[in-house]
Amino acid sequence: MPRRIWLRVGLVVLVVAISLWYLYPLKSSINLGLDLQGGIHLMLGVEVDKYVASQTERAAEDLKSALERKGVAVKRVAREGLSTIAVDLASASNWNDALTVAAEFGTFEVGQRDEKAGRFTLAMRERQVAQLRDDAVRQAVETIRNRVDQFGVAEPTIARQAENRILIQLPGVQDPERAKALIGKTALLEFKLLDEQTPVEQAVGGRLPETSELLYQRRIDKETKVERRQPYVVQKRTLLTGAELTRAEVQADPNAPGNWQVAIEFTPTGARIFGDLTEQNVGRHLAIILDGNLYSAPRINERIPGGRAVITGQFTVDEARDLAIVLRAGALPAPVAILEERTVGPSLGADSIRQGMIAILGSAAAVFLFMLVYYRISGLIADVALVLNLIILLACMAAFGATLTLPGIAGIALTIGMAVDTNVLIFERIREELRLGKTPRAAIDAGFHRALRTIIDTHLTVMVTAAILYNFGTGPVKGFAVSLFVGLAASLFTAYFFTRLLFDILYMGRRKVQAVSI
Amino acid sequence: MIELFRNPNYNFIGKRHLAYLVSGILMVLLLGTLAVHGLRYDIDFTGGTLVQVRFEQPPTVAAIRAGLARIQLGESIIQQFGDDREYIIRLPLTSTTPEELTKRMTAALSQEASLGKFEIRRVEFVGPQVGRDLQLQAIYAVAFGLAGILIYIAWAFKSLKGGVAAIVAVFHDIIICMGALSLTGREFSLPVLAALLTIIGYSVNDTIVAFDRLRENRGKYSQKGKSFAEQLNDAINQTLSRTVLTALTTFLSTAILLFFGGKTLEDFAFVLFIGVITGTYSTIYIAGAIIVDWTRLVENRVARRKKAMAKA
Repeated sequence: MPRRIWLRVGLVVLVVAISLWYLYPLKSSINLGLDLQGGIHLMLGVEVDKYVASQTERAAEDLKSALERKGVAVKRVAREGLSTIAVDLASASNWNDALTVAAEFGTFEVGQRDEKAGRFTLAMRERQVAQLRDDAVRQAVETIRNRVDQFGVAEPTIARQAENRILIQLPGVQDPERAKALIGKTALLEFKLLDEQTPVEQAVGGRLPETSELLYQRRIDKETKVERRQPYVVQKRTLLTGAELTRAEVQADPNAPGNWQVAIEFTPTGARIFGDLTEQNVGRHLAIILDGNLYSAPRINERIPGGRAVITGQFTVDEARDLAIVLRAGALPAPVAILEERTVGPSLGADSIRQGMIAILGSAAAVFLFMLVYYRISGLIADVALVLNLIILLACMAAFGATLTLPGIAGIALTIGMAVDTNVLIFERIREELRLGKTPRAAIDAGFHRALRTIIDTHLTVMVTAAILYNFGTGPVKGFAVSLFVGLAASLFTAYFFTRLLFDILYMGRRKVQAVSI
Repeated sequence: MIELFRNPNYNFIGKRHLAYLVSGILMVLLLGTLAVHGLRYDIDFTGGTLVQVRFEQPPTVAAIRAGLARIQLGESIIQQFGDDREYIIRLPLTSTTPEELTKRMTAALSQEASLGKFEIRRVEFVGPQVGRDLQLQAIYAVAFGLAGILIYIAWAFKSLKGGVAAIVAVFHDIIICMGALSLTGREFSLPVLAALLTIIGYSVNDTIVAFDRLRENRGKYSQKGKSFAEQLNDAINQTLSRTVLTALTTFLSTAILLFFGGKTLEDFAFVLFIGVITGTYSTIYIAGAIIVDWTRLVENRVARRKKAMAKA
């Protein structure tokens, strides 16, 4: 046999075997996109600047206590703008001491200074600002991954995109609203003391000391379903946060049947802080605040050792469970906003699969029949190549873990049309050579040989566009680009290499060939 | 043996002036349509919210509108989508969060008694930032796609003229597809963009096959003494059966996609459907014609300069 036929047969058999191995079992080998199996696609934007601001605020508080420890009296230490701390000394006499303390804050550098007035500003270094922004997104990704894992979603995608965006894909989630609430909740748990000096009425009227703020407790009346907002005056200073938490569990609320509560337990450090703060503030009220909403403000009756507390607030069992998850997974470093959302219900996905399959089978059948009628045995060869193309295409998608989307199905349908083009090119060329009076074998040889350059050119240009589509496209467009690209690569193998092999086996044997069925 | 064409020898290039006229009129008409009607952009590009609802009983648009009127979400667009029980509701960007929006919409539709039971099957929300990003990405994708093709052709055929001619043909096809979108009131969405890019690839594909043949024929005995226009005409004729056959099979595929692929794929398939037709036409009449006239222009100028030199 000429042209190392057995080697080529072996290669084809190997490719088919590997493909089938990747494809088995078909149901679980190919990832279906959200548009096919239903689920949620979310693009979140992390409000990184809020994180920078909160870190600056923290540093301002640390600076204030550091200055006071050194005996430097201050009028005001506060954040200004995004990442600047303004310091206003009580007198200019401690100027040098104050600067020495400030120099210890290595991530800041002194900006404007006015020695006579005893005023200076500290600006966070640009590198540190960039670092904080990066940290915020990284932490947010980690936290969300934790939450999603605990919520229990099969094969979620959580990936950072661009500078401060996070892409989340949750296939098969039945209750999108609940999943979104779980992911998007900042879950910043804070313990603060009530400001019992300022009357609530006065605070609602807008007159508040600088160290206090007005927060609301939301309560829904069981009978009327009307939401009531109860105002509270709370000291701004945070005594303890959810960062010091080790456990969070759901319990039935013993005081309100039918309601659920979340029991939390602190780390040893958290427990110590909690013990101290309850000891020092017996008789006062401790507000438990989640994301700026006050949940309860129980009176501290005595020192609470052991670091345990409960969050109550008319929760249903699902709400309490989700709250426990977000508390365990930790707070997001900064709030997140939904920039893009695509939710597909499972029934729509099923419809799309059905229609996509009809389209693919339909176009495949039409093309098969056309080739068979027009080119007879050669057409049959092209059809076999087409089947092989589809198998390899699907196997590649399975092997690379690519996702099949609805536009991806369209890409496959299109690949069918274009893969046939390669065979048409070759066959037309062979017919042309036959018309010139060449022998069948010479015509086949020349046909394949001459068509090759064109085939490579046409494949490359479309693959270039597919690659560009992949790079610039999002979600659905990417899926289309993937199947188009892989389909064309496979078609180089099947429509050229594989058809050539079949032709060689049929016509290049030792027996004399009278005519080509083309 | 079935053959569409047996040794075809049509004078395509000779009829190019007619083609210029036809294409010119088409361009003017479609650009006019685009200028007057404009393109309707999908929420992918404008930002906004889209909700797909399936009702148990066929509802009336008026009833849906009455239901939505309760919550005053702004100018909503209500469209039947697929069969008569499925509807798409589009809302412009508002300050309300998407969760809140769907919640309120569900409540409002439930209150409208005549609507009966329904199921929300799809919710898409695109924020203003993402919309802008997607617009930019779309422009980049088209620009880079064209640049990649131009560079490839200029390199593979060592002919800038060929590259430019192919790109002009592609522009011609893009304008026709977009004009057709505008005429039929379809929306420009991400999948439609993907279809346009595919058409770019397809249109160039055809052009390459003809150019390839031209390059191969060069220096052959049969081509001696023939003008460039005749050579190109030969190349187009020699590849004609392939061009038409491929157009037919691709056309079959897209037609099936268009008629059986479901509503979600309809706009996408529509662009491919139009694009395959115009892509085939533009290969023969636009890319070929331009390269012939361009070459002739250059040859004339060279000839004139030679004459001028001879006189002097």
